[in-house]
Parts: sequence; C-alpha cells; structure tokens
Amino acid sequence: MSSLSIRHLLGLDGVPREDIQLILDSSDTFLEILDRPIKKVPTLQGKTVVNLFFENSTRTRVSFELAERRLSADVVNFAASSSSVSKGETLLDTARNIEAMKVDIIVMRHSAAGAGHFLSERCTSRFINAGDGSHEHPTQALLDMYTIRQKHASLEGLRVCIIGDIAHSRVAMSNIYGLLSMGAEVAVCGPSSMIPYRLEQLGVRVFTDIDEALRFSDVINVLRIQLERDAGANFPSVREYLNYFGITRRRLDKLGRDITILHPGPINRGVEIESEVADGPYSVILPQVTNGVAIRMAVLYLIGTSAE
Amino acid sequence: MAAHLFTNGHIVDPVTGIDTQQDILVVDGIIERIGAGLPAGNAEVVALDGKHVLPGFCDMHVHFREPGFEYKEDTRSGAASAAAGGFTAVACMPNTDPPIDNAGTVAFLYKQAQGLPVDVYPIGCVTKGRKGESIAPMLELRDAGVVAFSDDGSPISNTKVLRIALEYASMLNVPIIQHAEDPLLFKGGAMNESIVSTQLGLPPISRLSEDTVVMRDLEFTAYVNGRYHLAHMSTAGAADAVRLAKARGLRVTSEVAPHHFSLTDEALRSYDSNYKMNPPLRTAEDVRAMKEALRDGTADAIATDHAPHAIHEKEVEFVYAPFGIVGLETAFGLSVTELLLEQWLTLPQLVEKLSTNPRRILGLDDIRIEVGGKANLTFVDLAAQWTVDVERFRSKSRNSPFHGRVLTGRTLGIYNNGQYVPTM
Repeated sequence: MSSLSIRHLLGLDGVPREDIQLILDSSDTFLEILDRPIKKVPTLQGKTVVNLFFENSTRTRVSFELAERRLSADVVNFAASSSSVSKGETLLDTARNIEAMKVDIIVMRHSAAGAGHFLSERCTSRFINAGDGSHEHPTQALLDMYTIRQKHASLEGLRVCIIGDIAHSRVAMSNIYGLLSMGAEVAVCGPSSMIPYRLEQLGVRVFTDIDEALRFSDVINVLRIQLERDAGANFPSVREYLNYFGITRRRLDKLGRDITILHPGPINRGVEIESEVADGPYSVILPQVTNGVAIRMAVLYLIGTSAE
Repeated sequence: MAAHLFTNGHIVDPVTGIDTQQDILVVDGIIERIGAGLPAGNAEVVALDGKHVLPGFCDMHVHFREPGFEYKEDTRSGAASAAAGGFTAVACMPNTDPPIDNAGTVAFLYKQAQGLPVDVYPIGCVTKGRKGESIAPMLELRDAGVVAFSDDGSPISNTKVLRIALEYASMLNVPIIQHAEDPLLFKGGAMNESIVSTQLGLPPISRLSEDTVVMRDLEFTAYVNGRYHLAHMSTAGAADAVRLAKARGLRVTSEVAPHHFSLTDEALRSYDSNYKMNPPLRTAEDVRAMKEALRDGTADAIATDHAPHAIHEKEVEFVYAPFGIVGLETAFGLSVTELLLEQWLTLPQLVEKLSTNPRRILGLDDIRIEVGGKANLTFVDLAAQWTVDVERFRSKSRNSPFHGRVLTGRTLGIYNNGQYVPTM
C-alpha cells in the first residue's frame, strides 16, 4: 500500500482525491478482517491511541475503540467529564499532558470548530478529528462514501443529496468536500433557515422542496434533526418538519425508482425518517455502522504508519 | 532646560498648511524656532535627513485595561506602546473593572498617566456600570476630564437609554461613541458570516448586526440632534449609512481600524485566534468600502481598537478566545502600506485621519507646528520597510495577526510633554 500525503485527518476540505481513494480502497482489507473468527491484526502493535472526547458520543467512540483494538493498539479513553477540564485546565495543557505520557495518535471529539487544527499545530501527535463543532466529521463522511461505493460502482457522476439541518452539521460539510472531490454531484435539501450562508458557492445544489430533491438523487443522506436545539428555533415544529422534509414511504413510492438511503445515526424515528423507510430495503444504515469500523481501522493504520 | 534640535525634517502640517524641509528647535516642550541651518548650541541634535515631522498622532480608541486587567496592559505599558506607534495621545475605553463611570476613576487614570510623554484621556461610560440601563453622571464625568462617552465592548441597545444618552450628551458637545452591534444577531458569534464561516463551521456574525444598529442610531441622532461617533466601522452598509447621514448634515463621525482596511475573513482559515476581532474581519468588498470611506471623508479617523490580551487567553479554541488585537504599534505601517502607497490617501489626508480629526472629535486643541506652539510631534520614515515582530512590542501583550508581515512606513519617535521618545 502507498501512504497518505496528510499527517493528520482534520477534515476532508483540501484533502487530495488520491488520499481519499487510498483510505476507501484500504478499507476493503479491514472490512474482510471484521468477518474473520479472530478479528484482530498486529498492525498498530506498540502504538498508543488516546480517544480524547470532550463531547459525549458513545457510538463514534465505540467505533474508534473497536477499530483501535482490532489493530492491536494500546487504547486509552479520556472523557472530558472525568478530566481536569472541569478544573479549568486549558485544552492545550490537557493535550500536552497527555502527550507527555508518550502517545502516538489522538482521536478527538470537541464542540469547538477548529479544535483539532489548533492542537495539531502545537503538538507532536497525529490527530484524527472525530467531530469538531459544526465544522467536520471526516471519518463519518468516509464511511458514508464507502457505503455508497458498495451499492454503486463509482462515486463519479453519482447524485447525492444531504437532507436536514445542514447549517449545524459537520457530517454534511465533510460529505460535501469528500463527495465533490470524488466527482459526485452534490445537493442539499432542508428548510432555507437551515442551509448555511452562501453554501452554493462550494458547487452544491440547494433544494427546499423534498420531492424535487428526491427526483434529483441516486443517494440520499438523511441527517438527524437535533430536537432539543432546533424545533421552534430554526423550524416551527417536528410535525411540520416530517410533513415537508421527512423521508416517508409515500414519498419514495411516488418516486417509482430505487434510491439508496443513508443516515449517520442516531435515528429519530418518525421525525426525519419513517421507521418503515429506515428499516426498508433501500436503507444501508446498519452497513454504515459496520463500515465505520473498517474505515476507522484504515484511517488509524494510514495515519499511524505514514512517514514523518 | 532641555533642548532638542531636529534637523532637516520634512514638516507636513495640514492645520497650518505647512509643507517644507526645515530644522525645528524645541526647548522645554515649546517650539522655539523653525528654520534652515539653526545653530545647535547645547541642544541634543536629532538628524532627520529629510524624514517627516508630523503633528502627534491621536488614537481615539484604545483599551489600556486599567483598572482591573493590568496583566494585559496598564496605562504605562499602553503609553509605551502608543509612543512606539507614533501616538502622542490616546483615548481609553471604559470597559475596565470597575468601569470608568465616576469621577474618582477618571481622576485615578489621570494620576496614572501623569508625567508620561503620551497624553492619556479617559472615555467615560454612557451608562452606569456599562449595564445599558441608566445613564452615567455625564456632567460630572465631563468635568473630571473625559473626552467622550462609550459603553464600548457592548452596544447601547435599549433604545430609550440611547435616546436619553444622545440628548443628555448633546448639551456637553461630547460625542456618544457607539459599538454598533445587535446583541440577538451577534449572540455567540465568532467571525463574519460568509462562505468562510460556513466552511469553518464557526458561529457567524452577520453584517446585519452592525448595519441595522447604525441605521437605527442615525435616525435617533437626527431626531434629537445628537453627536454620534461610530466606533470601528467595518461594513460597506454602515459606511453607506454614515455617508448618507453626513450628506443630511447630521453630527456624525466615524473611525476605521487598520485591520478592517487590511485583512479579510479569508485569514481565519488558519483558525488563528489572533484574527478574531469584534467587529469581525469582513470581506474584500468591505475592506474596499473602508478605504473608500477614508478617502471620501465618510470615515474621519483611523483608530486602532488596541485590545491587548494575555497569551493564555488567546491560546484556546477559537470560539473561546477573546476578541481583539494589539493595534498601536502596527497602525502607521499598515496605514502607509495600505492607504498611502495604494494612493487612497495623500500624506496630509493621512495625517488628518491619524491626528487632526480624532483630536477634533474629542474636543482636543489642534496641533500647530509653529513657533511658540507646544511641540507635539511624530517623526516618521515613509519609505522604511520593516518586519513586524511581536516580541519587540512595548505592549504587555503579543496578540497581533501581523507578526512577520513586512510593512512600509515606520515611526522614528515622538516628542510631547517636553520629552523626546525615539522608537527603538
């Protein structure tokens, strides 16, 4: 295998197509390992990975942790709630203290956009961004692209629409960069109040009519609606959202053709997607979760072993 | 007796209209003689060799952090920073702890500034405790020596308070300086709303926050015939509104900070918190609008919004970093590089923005470079190129996005209050 040109995986913005291609291609090997009776290889033996999570995210952390353990890395989990952050230590001090214990890779989830950029310029470890504020979540986008590629031979020319609260979605942004880089046609759909300012300048189509968006799409990626934050603020009510933007059986039937359906999870059944659709034949939601481990193994392997 | 002879200086003074190469003899703070080939006697000779002598610069918008935040800056270090930047006068914003909303604090600040080569003028709060609820004792503050009123750092948002403040201050002929921002639109924002904020995922501050408050305030100013000064103007929309208000004959003035005519929000792609200011860095269109505003007189003054912060405060996640930059020591170089060399302003016009106009807005006497006048001078080399090095700042703080940038135009020193302070 060849190696990545990037030192850290902070986002997909600006990452060369060859690097994305390499990560996706490498994941095939790791996916195959997951089906073996003994799901473990010695690839990262002797390397130490810290999962530095300043935001709760059980599923992303578990996915990373399984990936790390299956590569035989030594794994330490650091959750902000149990850390000295609550005692007023700065992020930089926290990271430097962890580094002083000689670690190789830091996987970080943080609520502040750019937290990974900030630390990677001041520390010596390799950083993998596991989500930073509304900025990026690159491994999610990579696993989404990988899952799409399993269903469709190539991403080139494929029409993918991301649906939901685009303005607050790191998943959307990483998908947009990655998909555009791989030659897909990318659209977003959601209430205009949830489309980030001037997004179309990135070369993305913007729909506010869900049926029009579905007619455009080969693949849709349905984002979770943050009920706590958004209902009443950026759109009037859950009822109105489901009626006008929800992915329902009726809408898909009307379309009269197959469409691949992704969802980064966790799902709000009956809000952004009907149960029948989420569990239906076109949904690849569970394969996404499986692929997530393989993608993260590939990323950890490639970042952890790339040259200085 | 202290005497200085500045030889062969190119004197440019837009107030007296003088533009000539002469010697200046200054004795005990007063200009004794101006002429060619003056005898030195026992005066200390400073050879200027054709470099410029200008009226002392005045920065009408600085944060010297005293009292309350002396670890960032204090009156003495702030004045040293001002002197290094060519400023002989500054006006200090009152967002201190306690805020400058009473005569006692004003007197304390004048005491701290005593004997300094830089005149340090306090600005008083518009409202008690900067809380925006009821107006501060403006008459008492004026008598104690404040040169303007402002709640800078926070906007005056309560429209009833805004009206009363403009009315009350109008009898003193002292301007209300507004930090124009809509708190609801601004809330939690970290950078200008643009494709860049979309890409960086940083909470955006739309131009609406500034534009709409300026438009509203100008109607209040017209209605009560108040005196209004817009601090750190940053948007094309605000500039248009001020231009229109001036055409209507309103008593309105405005200032632009050097970073708003030299940087755009593209710079934030590095997530470097040294680029985090409020108002935020805007777009190329706004930068151009600031230059236009300076050229056509819509913007009266260049003011730095000098906002020092400790390193540990800036070295955090972008959204948590405080707003602002050390401005005094790069203002002149940026003005020459961006405005003079690009021919947006002539040298006399630049001097008006850096000296004459801010002094007039604050009600300070004009500086006149003439025999018998007080020597209040800034010496500059318009052609010198230099590289900004934050480690050489006289300010206590280092937060500048201009570190490493090559600028044209350097200050050589100041003379004020009987003291000559060369720039090292």
